[in-house]
Amino acid sequence: MSQNAAVRRWTDIANPSRFLALADTVLPWLSTAAGLVLAVGLVMAFAAPEDYQQGSTVRIMYIHVPFAWLSMFCYAMMAGSALGTLVWRHPLADVSLKAAAPIGAVFTALALATGSIWGKPMWGTWWVWDARLTSVFVLFLMYLGIIALTRALDDPGRAARAAAILTLVGFINIPIIKFSVDWWNTLHQPASVFRLDGPTIHPSLLWPLLICALGFTFLFLALHLMAMRAEIWRRRVIAMRRLSARAAEAGPAAEHRA
Amino acid sequence: MLALYLREAKLGIRSGSGALTGVLFFLAVVAVIPFGVGPDLNFLARIGPAILWIGALLASLLGLERLFQADREDGTLDLLLMADSRHMVALTVLSKCLAHWTTGVLPLVLIAPLLGLFMNVPLPGLAAATLTLLVGTPAITFIGAVGAALTAALPRGGLLVSVLILPLTIPVLIFGVSATRGAVAEPDPFLPPFLILTALTLFFAVIGCAAAAFALRGAAE
Repeated sequence: MSQNAAVRRWTDIANPSRFLALADTVLPWLSTAAGLVLAVGLVMAFAAPEDYQQGSTVRIMYIHVPFAWLSMFCYAMMAGSALGTLVWRHPLADVSLKAAAPIGAVFTALALATGSIWGKPMWGTWWVWDARLTSVFVLFLMYLGIIALTRALDDPGRAARAAAILTLVGFINIPIIKFSVDWWNTLHQPASVFRLDGPTIHPSLLWPLLICALGFTFLFLALHLMAMRAEIWRRRVIAMRRLSARAAEAGPAAEHRA
Repeated sequence: MLALYLREAKLGIRSGSGALTGVLFFLAVVAVIPFGVGPDLNFLARIGPAILWIGALLASLLGLERLFQADREDGTLDLLLMADSRHMVALTVLSKCLAHWTTGVLPLVLIAPLLGLFMNVPLPGLAAATLTLLVGTPAITFIGAVGAALTAALPRGGLLVSVLILPLTIPVLIFGVSATRGAVAEPDPFLPPFLILTALTLFFAVIGCAAAAFALRGAAE
């Protein structure tokens, strides 16, 4: 029964107007939540104790780690949308994929940039070709490839299917990124938050990090909803333009015939 | 499947230009390197296998855009897709890939030892580079089939194919080069990266063909 209701709600959202209405009600709340949580998280980050070795630069962690998590989260969501496009043919799945790709690319670029800024004082170099950095860089390239592919094909349906297939093939990279620090002995430190034996990071540093991550997740979801809304509007405008052009073309001909 | 393979291979050999252009491109890439990094023979010997791999990777990307485009233009692709009930599309893609590899990429592998001599690569390195290229380049073709299928409908998909599939070919490059280095430099092992390279080829033979078949069917609708 409850499953039926859930399925119905899921298909209801497939209607773009309903989705737009939902997005309009959710967005202000989500944006406010993102702003508030981020503000709290940043204040906590600056109140948190400094690392005894790294000093103040450890605070880069509070934005670097959320960006890196979200870059993977965004790709996982795009892979889910790709499945939605190919398997269930959910009409909004391809809008979601197309809207998420640029945001994911920006988050990945920011993760790379903040990591690089953090790496310069700590490791003594802007960049090393170790497994984690290289695989994230590959992720960034794949985001750009998906964006290029969606922009290259004119027909939205065809572009959606092509991008979905590419996204699913590229999903192989996500487990490689996640486990690269465990499989290879790299300069990048191994996982310290999500571990089977509990986080190895001190609670005084962990809490600001988690709150920052939550704030950035809200920010990502808000941006994603906004981009999806813009994409739906864009498609409507294109459809309306086509209709009006067809009407304008048919108009004089009909008069002529009369 | 065999008939399709023979047809594709014959077409590839008769047109001939693709393989020749690829070999020339490979030659040009390798010839440019000493000008870029300087003609120090010891240094060239050290980076030689990697240069061979990069050159072969780039050269094998060249002909990929034509993999499905020619068939799409003259309608053969639609016939192949409609014969889905008798021959699975994935198998059709597989045989096309194999034919493309034989006519377009195999010459690159064969000429690699000669180019390696230019780079002063020692004999075991040459053998290892050729062997890893022989095993690893099919993976590049299978990955490339996905890109070629996705962009088959585009008039100018060539550059896009390369941009789409280069990130995915990086693992192949990593393990190919590390296996080659393992054969030359003493502490590094040869067999583990070589086996992973083989696994990658087999893995992409399945994933690449299935995804390319899916993409082709999607584009034809």
